[in-house]
This record gives sequence, C-alpha cells and structure tokens, in this order.
Amino acid sequence: MNYLTRRLVTFPLVMLGVSVLVFISIRLVPGDAITAMLGTEAGLLTPEQRAALEAYFGIDQSWPVQYGRWLLGALKGDLGISVTFGKPVLDVILERFPLTLELALLSMAIALLIGLPAGVFAATRNEKPSDLGVRIFAMIGQSTPNFVVGLLLIYILSVGFGVLPVMGAFTPLFQDPLENLGQLILPALTLGFAFAASVTRIARSAMLDVLSEDYVRTARSKGAPAMSVLWRHALPNALIPVVTLSGVEFGYLLGGAVIVEQIFALPGLGRMVLDAILQRDYALVQGSVLFIALNFMIVNLLVDLAYAMLDPRIRLGDR
Amino acid sequence: MTPLLSVSDLHVGFGRDPRASEIVRRVSFDLAAGETLAIVGESGSGKSVTALSINRLVDYGGGQITRGSIAYTRADGRTLDLAQASERELTKIRGGEIGMIFQEPMTSLNPVLTIGEQIEESFRLHRGLTGRQASAAAKDALDRVRIPDAARRLKYCPHQLSGGMLQRVMIAAAISCNPRLLIADEPTTALDVTVQAQIMALLAELKRETDMAMIFITHDIGLVAGIADTVMVMQSGEVVEQGRLDTVLDTPQHPYTRHLLSAVPHFEAGRAARTDFRRPDTPAAPALKVEGLTVRFPVTSGLFRRQTGAVHAVDGVDFDLMPGETLGIVGESGSGKSTTARAILGLVPPTRGRFSANTNLREGQGSSAVQMVFQNPYASLNPRLRVDSILAEPVIAAGRRVTAETTQRMTQLLERVGLPKDALQRYPHEFSGGQRQRLCIARALMLNPSVVVLDEAVSALDVSVQAKVLQLLVELQQEFGLAYLFVSHDMAVVERIAHRIAVVYAGRIVEIGDATSILSKPKHSYTKRLIAAVPSIDRRHQTFDLDTRQVPSLVRPLGYEPDPAAWQRYGPDHKALAEA
Repeated sequence: MNYLTRRLVTFPLVMLGVSVLVFISIRLVPGDAITAMLGTEAGLLTPEQRAALEAYFGIDQSWPVQYGRWLLGALKGDLGISVTFGKPVLDVILERFPLTLELALLSMAIALLIGLPAGVFAATRNEKPSDLGVRIFAMIGQSTPNFVVGLLLIYILSVGFGVLPVMGAFTPLFQDPLENLGQLILPALTLGFAFAASVTRIARSAMLDVLSEDYVRTARSKGAPAMSVLWRHALPNALIPVVTLSGVEFGYLLGGAVIVEQIFALPGLGRMVLDAILQRDYALVQGSVLFIALNFMIVNLLVDLAYAMLDPRIRLGDR
Repeated sequence: MTPLLSVSDLHVGFGRDPRASEIVRRVSFDLAAGETLAIVGESGSGKSVTALSINRLVDYGGGQITRGSIAYTRADGRTLDLAQASERELTKIRGGEIGMIFQEPMTSLNPVLTIGEQIEESFRLHRGLTGRQASAAAKDALDRVRIPDAARRLKYCPHQLSGGMLQRVMIAAAISCNPRLLIADEPTTALDVTVQAQIMALLAELKRETDMAMIFITHDIGLVAGIADTVMVMQSGEVVEQGRLDTVLDTPQHPYTRHLLSAVPHFEAGRAARTDFRRPDTPAAPALKVEGLTVRFPVTSGLFRRQTGAVHAVDGVDFDLMPGETLGIVGESGSGKSTTARAILGLVPPTRGRFSANTNLREGQGSSAVQMVFQNPYASLNPRLRVDSILAEPVIAAGRRVTAETTQRMTQLLERVGLPKDALQRYPHEFSGGQRQRLCIARALMLNPSVVVLDEAVSALDVSVQAKVLQLLVELQQEFGLAYLFVSHDMAVVERIAHRIAVVYAGRIVEIGDATSILSKPKHSYTKRLIAAVPSIDRRHQTFDLDTRQVPSLVRPLGYEPDPAAWQRYGPDHKALAEA
C-alpha cells in the first residue's frame, strides 16, 4: 500500500466533511429557493402550489432527511436538479468546467513563463538596479486588483488598437482553437499577471537562498558556466516553494475567478457558484463546492508528488 | 624552475568599499608542482579567503582582490595572472586545472542530483565526455577514491551516504580531471577522527600517485604535520610565519605560532592525563549511577506503522561517576555517546535500565542535580533573551521564584566564569563564542548541580579559546566538587580533562577505566584504532594505513538482544569487552 493509495482513501472522508459543512451553511442563510426564483410573485402561490414546488425540488423534508437523500443520490452520481437551470447539477458543472480549467492552466503557464525567469534573473542581480526594477514590477503586479488590470487591457486594446476581445461566448478548444484562444487570452493575461508577480517574488527569494549554498560554490569550483550553475544546480533546489505557491493559486483558479469572468463575460464556474448562492440553488451550490473541493485535493496530491520528484530526500512512503 | 603558483602581495577586501575593509593583506607565497602548502590559522584569520582568491571563487562571496598578483603556470608553460583573469578563462581553469574540496561534505554536494551526475559533470565540462563514456569515467573516479561498490553508488543521492563517503565523492569530483593543484579547505573538520585519518591517508596517496600540488587549509596544526611540505601561519589577515614544515614546527619564530603549537592539545598517550583525583578505596555514594541504560528508537514500515526493528542507539551502558570526578565518553558520531548524555538528562526516554543521580549531595537540589552544557554556544542561547533572563531560566524551570538571592548568584557566577559585571543586561550576540560557552556554563551552574553533562562543550571553539574554557572547567570542578560527564570525539581534549574514560562503539561501552591506563595501554581493537587515528606532531613521519571499515548498522530486527557483555580486566580500574 503506497502513499498514493493512502492519500486516495482520505478523499471520500474529506468530501463527506465538506458536504456536511456546505449543506448546513447554505441553509443558515435566510431566504428560500422558491422566493428567490419567483421574486415577489412567490407571494401569489397557494400553499398547495408552494408545497408541490418544494416537493419537486426536494426541499420539503427536514434537514437530515434532505441530506440523507442527497448523499444517497450523490453516491449514485446524481447530485440533484439545479433549481435555476432546471438541469442535473453535474451537467451544469461539466458544461462550465472546461473553460475554468483552461483559463487556470493558461494563467499558470503565463505566470511560470514570466515569473520563473524574472525571479531567477533578479536573484542573480541582487540589489542592483535591474533587480530593483523586477521587484517593483512584481510589487505592482501583486498589489493591483484584477479588475483594474482587466479593464486596462480592454481599454488599451479597444481604444488604442481598436480590437475588442470576443466576449460573452465560449467556443470549446477542440471546436475552434483560434477563436477559443482569442476569447481566453485576455482573461488569462489578467489572472496570470498577479500570479506571475507572486511567482517572481518567491522564485527570487528562494534562488537567493540557494545561490549562497555550499553546493553552488562546489559547482562553480568545478568550472560550471554561470548558466549551468543557475538552471541545473540552483533552480531545482529553489523550485519547492514555487510549486507550493503555484499549487495553491491553481487550486483557487479551479474554483473559478468571479471578477475576471464578470469583466470578460465568461461563463465559468465562479459566476455560476455566485449565482447559485444568490438564487438559493441548494443542490447546485452543494454539488459545485464538492466539485471544487475534489479539484483542490487532486491539486494538493499533484503538488506532493511533484515534491518527491524534485527532491530525492522527500520520500512519500514513510512519514 | 618557475613555480606552479606564485602569489605576491595579495590583498582581498569585502563589501562596498573593498579597499577599506581588507580581510587579507600582504600574502605572498610560492608553490612548486607536487608540493603541499598548509595554511594554518584560527577562524577569521583569512586562510579560507586566501584559498578562495586563488580560483577567484571569492568574487561570488562579495570579495574582491584589491592588490597583488596570482601567477599560475599553465600546463603549456604560459603564465596567467589569476587575479586579472576573465570569467571565461577562469571557468576553464576551475575544475580542469585547479580542483577544490570543502569543509562540509554534507552541504557541498547538490542534494537533488545523484553522485554520478555530479562527478560526470567535470568530465563533461573539461573532457567533453558524454553518455556512457562519462558514467564509466565517473565510476573509475569513485574507484580511485576507494569507494566500495562504485557502480551502484553512482545512482545514490548525497543524503544516502555518510559524511566520510561524501567527502570522498567530493575528492573524486575535484580530482577527476587530474588537476595540477588541489585546494582543500578544512576537508576533515566536519568528520570523525578515524574518518579524518582515512581521508588524510587518501589525500597523501593521491598526491604520491599523481604529482599534484596541494594547498591544505586547517586550524589544526597537528594535522598539518602528516601532509605538508611548507607551512604558512596566518593571524587576522596576515602571514606571521612561513617556512619548511620541520623548521616551523620545531623552531617556531613568531609568538603566535608558538602559542598555536602550545594551545593545541597534543595527544600524549595518557602522559597528560589528570592526576588530581583518586577514587576512594572504600565504596562511597556516587554522584551518578547508570545501570543497563538502553535507548532504542523503533523502525516502522508499512501502512499500519508496524514496528519491524529498532535502532539500538544505546545498548546496556553501565557506569558510575563520583563527586569531583570526570568521566570522558569518547566515540564517533552515531556511536550513541550523545544519546547516552541526553537520556541521563531525561531528554530522551530510555527503553530500559536505570540511572540515579544522588540528590542528597547538595541542599535543596531535588531533580536539578544534573545539568547540561551543549556543543554549539551560538545555537543554545536564545538570541531574544537578555543574559539575566537566560540565567533565570533554570530557576524558573525548577519551579522556584526569582529572588534577590538569585540575582546575587547570577552576578557571582558571571564573575567566576570570567565575564564582565555588566553582562547581565546584555544579549547573547554581544559575546564571542568562548564567552557564550562561559555563559552556558554559568547557566548550568545556577541550580548548584552535582553532575554537569558536557556534550562536546569545547568542540566548536577555536583552539586557544578551547584551552581557556577547559582550564575554567577544571577550576570549577575543584571548587564545587562537580562531577563531569564529558562527551567528546577529540582524544587530546579528553586526555586533558578526564580522570576516567569510557570508549563507546555502536551503542555499547567497549572499554572503560582510568584515563592513563586506557590511553597508554588500549586493549580493545576499536580503542586502538581511535587512538591511532589521532593526528599528532610527534608522529608526523609515520604513514597512515587506509582503513575503509564502516561503523556497523545499529538497526536490529525486532526482539534482537545483544549478547551479555563479557568483560576482561586489565588492571585495578581498566576493563575491555572481550572480542571474538
């Protein structure tokens, strides 16, 4: 029985805990689905009609019974029916997820492609003007809110160059890759900007630590050229904090990026969850939170596996 | 004949204004091919900076050569001034013509690359070998430094090998391209004595085989004797004496050299042992009695953490310690000597066995009869506490109140250990290493203990400081009738402070008895090996034999019990474990 299987065993337990918490907390919010759906017209419903609606959505029973029913269904792969979409919850989530996943992957790729070289470069120029430049840029990137970056990008492209991003629709990647990228590149840049800033800062400080290690001196004493010292000897040792940070950020992004989705009018997971909460769409909230939690655990697992790959001293088996 | 290396008037500075803060000044020396120069000095003497300037690694540590030249004669006969050489030229020379090994083999190898990759790198860089050729060359290099089972070890990562093995790997990588000069910066300081002897023997053999010149940096003037042709003594950045080995050692001219030679405790095979204490003939109450002390750490495996074995760190240790007596515990790292000390203080729970400190020797002593002084005075004082809080700590830990009397005792003790009066209001960083260790000693004495455990208490100190702290310990012992348990790997130091010695090997005492008898007439083969490994000026012309034996694994299967100890007596107070 290895580390991987042991970790997989804990997944259902965590999911169970998450589902109970979500179940209770969403129901502690005042208001109900019928009122949220019909607005003031809900007052026109006869008690019989209301009861029939509640029975249709399965919210007529006591909480424990509702939870038990929901759990039984979930075990069979049925997460219930979304009140707002009138479709199975799982279908609604799976419709939205490809966009969120793609957006998260793109942002991370941008962040690593910019952040790693910038951080490594800044570390080698420690305290020199170019290091200061990178650090100021990273500071700006981290402290500027997403919506400002997003709006700036739209403004520059539409007013400055007259090209507006295609908004409000989502073309799946395999249907038309070019159009898909055209829709996603700006939001990915917006998210990747702040992400890249964090990566830069953490890569820089980790590299600074590693560059003063004895084994870097050893590599130099062997006559290794500067580039080889940086990328082959130092960087692998500095990657662990970068992986940790990227894992956490990526996990968050998989839960949807509400503000960026709003600005670029993208149908992602984030806006869907927000709407579901506002609409008291209990089944959809529960299902999506569970889905997000599962994603997070998978990302954490991947991060742990990456640790073991990066550093042979980390053995996942015996801990 | 032009020398291989000719350094003249070398100045090296650090910081923003290197000229204003020169760490090394006016250093000049010549080194011929095949010769060995030893640079000796205490920490801060500039010896490492001098060495790092030669292959210009000092540039990466914020240093800069401010004056002087380093004329290096290349293999083709051309001379190159390394002080002015470009980075491009230097990368060719580093590793290819000048190899270097460092003090800490544990941290000097890259933890994420395999041993093989790190040795192959030199061949790739300087010989242009790739793929299978490079790995074959790396295997040969490991064979050359006598690493058994080399082909398999190539795939190991550094954390899977011991310190001595890693230093050999370092040497293998450094000499892989047959450099004409090897710079060794304290290569054995972090290693055990027997391992040190192995590495020294290896370096001597390689020197004979390859005719390579060597710069050997050390703080241990005793170690120099076995390997150097010429010696250079440095003090605060300047050379105070240099010359042929025998001249410097036999007729030292400069007072500092004489001081170094006399400050270093030379091992004298029991002749320097203390004679100021005799065990009473009639049985008396010991200050500390240890019976069958056993410490095992479980080894688990599998999903349910089933115990499959145990590390037998300490296995059935017995001894007693009289008031006013010092028992030296000697052994190598991993032999269980520190675990024994920790168990006696209750820092590690013993698996079995008893130990009892006599709590009736002093008034109101209770459970605080045993106190401890640790190895590293930099790490064992909380940097955020003032000295008065540090000294109050044991009192508070014993559940007592800090009163005017406590403060009075603090002042008395500080004065007694030789620290200034205003020390109470200061912080640890305001003191030097030796002063800090004095602070630790004062802290240990706060509760008026009868037994003090000194775990490598002087090992981290410079030699001249070491001598003074040892002297202080002896005085305090005589004054307060303290019993010391002195744990150390350094035979020469132990000889000067111990009345009795216990030699620990693989978790067991293999020989115990009075110091003179054990050091002059060792009986157990391990004790003999340990003593033979001590470097000494007197034995400088003897050659070392290469002994590659490793300390046996202490991991035993579940339920394993060692054979009961069979002692053989060699004198009134000298016994050793009988050997098969």
